[in-house]
Amino acid sequence: MSEQVVDKRRRRLLTLAAAAVTGVGAVYVAVPFLSSMQPSARAKAAGVPVEADISKLEPGQLIRVEWRGKPVWVLKRTDGALAELKTTEDKLRDADSNESEQPEYCKNEGRSIKKDIFVAVGICTHLGCSPTFRPEVAPEDLGPEWRGGFFCPCHGSAFDLAGRVHSGVPAPLNLVIPPHQYLTDSRILIGEDGEQSA
Amino acid sequence: MSDTMKNALNWIDDRFPLTKVWNEHLAKYYAPKNFNWMYYFGSLAMLVLVNQIITGIFLTIHYKPDALLAFDSVEYIMRDVDWGWLIRYMHSTGASAFFIVVYLHMFRGLIYGSFRKPRELVWTFGMIIYVCLMAEAFMGYLLPWGQMSYWGAQVIVSLFGAIPYVGEDLALWLRGDYVISDATLNRFFAFHVIAIPLVLVILVFMHIVALHAVGSNNPDGIEIKKLKGADGIPLDGIPFHPYYSVKDLVGVGVFLFIFALIIFYMPEMGGYFLEHANFVPADPLKTPEHIAPVWYFTPFYAVLRAVPDKFLGVVAMAGAIVVLFLLPWLDKGINKSIRYRGPLFKKAIIAFVISFVMLGYFGMQPVTPVGTFFSRLFTLVYFAFFLLMPYYTRLDRDKELPVPERVTD
Repeated sequence: MSEQVVDKRRRRLLTLAAAAVTGVGAVYVAVPFLSSMQPSARAKAAGVPVEADISKLEPGQLIRVEWRGKPVWVLKRTDGALAELKTTEDKLRDADSNESEQPEYCKNEGRSIKKDIFVAVGICTHLGCSPTFRPEVAPEDLGPEWRGGFFCPCHGSAFDLAGRVHSGVPAPLNLVIPPHQYLTDSRILIGEDGEQSA
Repeated sequence: MSDTMKNALNWIDDRFPLTKVWNEHLAKYYAPKNFNWMYYFGSLAMLVLVNQIITGIFLTIHYKPDALLAFDSVEYIMRDVDWGWLIRYMHSTGASAFFIVVYLHMFRGLIYGSFRKPRELVWTFGMIIYVCLMAEAFMGYLLPWGQMSYWGAQVIVSLFGAIPYVGEDLALWLRGDYVISDATLNRFFAFHVIAIPLVLVILVFMHIVALHAVGSNNPDGIEIKKLKGADGIPLDGIPFHPYYSVKDLVGVGVFLFIFALIIFYMPEMGGYFLEHANFVPADPLKTPEHIAPVWYFTPFYAVLRAVPDKFLGVVAMAGAIVVLFLLPWLDKGINKSIRYRGPLFKKAIIAFVISFVMLGYFGMQPVTPVGTFFSRLFTLVYFAFFLLMPYYTRLDRDKELPVPERVTD
């Protein structure tokens, strides 16, 4: 055997090159595993629109409809409740809904298509609890300032009856208004509005 | 030992370092002779880990990780499986016992300076174990698919959504769906029963390897390796086995007595170990009137609620855990053990314990203005304990309290 001198630089280069190639390979192999945790095709397809019948809805009554696994509220606001919306504006973080999520046709004071019928995703924009419906004015536990709205029991976020968030609570944005449309006077389709289907 | 036994042992030792490992970690691992009762909690934590793994395996035999079947399968274990109630309560009570034992173990380390140089890595591995334990407990709590399971997971996964830019995608990726659903339950089951336990066992191994490399601290905070006899054995050291193996068995006896008492007479602990709302099946349309995490998370939950901003709340909550990691580098005191530390450190420890317990209390309560005020106050105390530590420990009068050469008692 001939005398062999180890070329350390050459050896280091080969070691580094092998390590780099292995590293790239490892990253590629990780992709299918990480991607497998994304919502599956079935989960993505499950977002079909749902219908709600509001013919029997009394003023002041709220019904819950399940859309994409989330609660969607349909509330018929009383005239008194609609009047209160104006009085609370100075206590709201985003009174004009400039930063919040709603279809263009609901970017108004009541955040609704029809003045009295309010449709919203009943999920707090803070950490995803479903706020409770508290339409009464100045109840004992919420204090004399309370003008009716939604109160999140988890972290104390408060919204008015147009789903607008109060300032000084953890939730950053108003409640999300889903795309929806009126099929007839008494039937609402939630999840589709003819233009955009979210 | 008979000749046959000796030969058998030699045969093994030639092929596997059995005697070597036995000696290094038990028979010739010299631990300080002045351990007190606070040193039980390390071995108790290992006991609870074994309890969780064994009861967990037997629960998976009957449990079904399916949103339609999960709740009923847990009730089935409780009612129809022979001794199923016992195994389930051993597991659910074990989760709370794990945190009680680990919190006391961490507190022991805190007051005797066991996190200080040269044991920084022992503390770091321990903290990673603690974080894994929180992930393990959180994911396990989803599995019964009750109301609290569902909404607790909804809130915690939403925490990731508060991270700027990538948050919403990350939360979606964790859930595997747009809401907490069957997909989430199924993957949490996978993480809970295999991925995280595997990591936990490896970390416990590293925690002990690191500890045995530097040697155990003690209530006097004295390095016993500094004073060795002619035989090279620390003068204040005694072999872990049989001295501490036997002593720990006494701790095990006391622990199991209390553990059994809870399992048999108050397994739900009045709603603290298993919350009442979790006996109602998950309903995605309705959040319970009052939701709170299980007791061991409530101090951090109170920090989250104390901050009136979504992102900063999450930052504060994560920060409350991160500061614990930094402990070895924040404490600038001269002496390790609380026995030889000045009044500032002692007062700070008292303030810290009060703030931690009070945060835990307010984290369980519904949101009220008074609760929010005190949560904010104690959140400040909690962070002040850590962030001001480099200052008050430097100012403290450690120097006037000389540490003895040899351990006391």
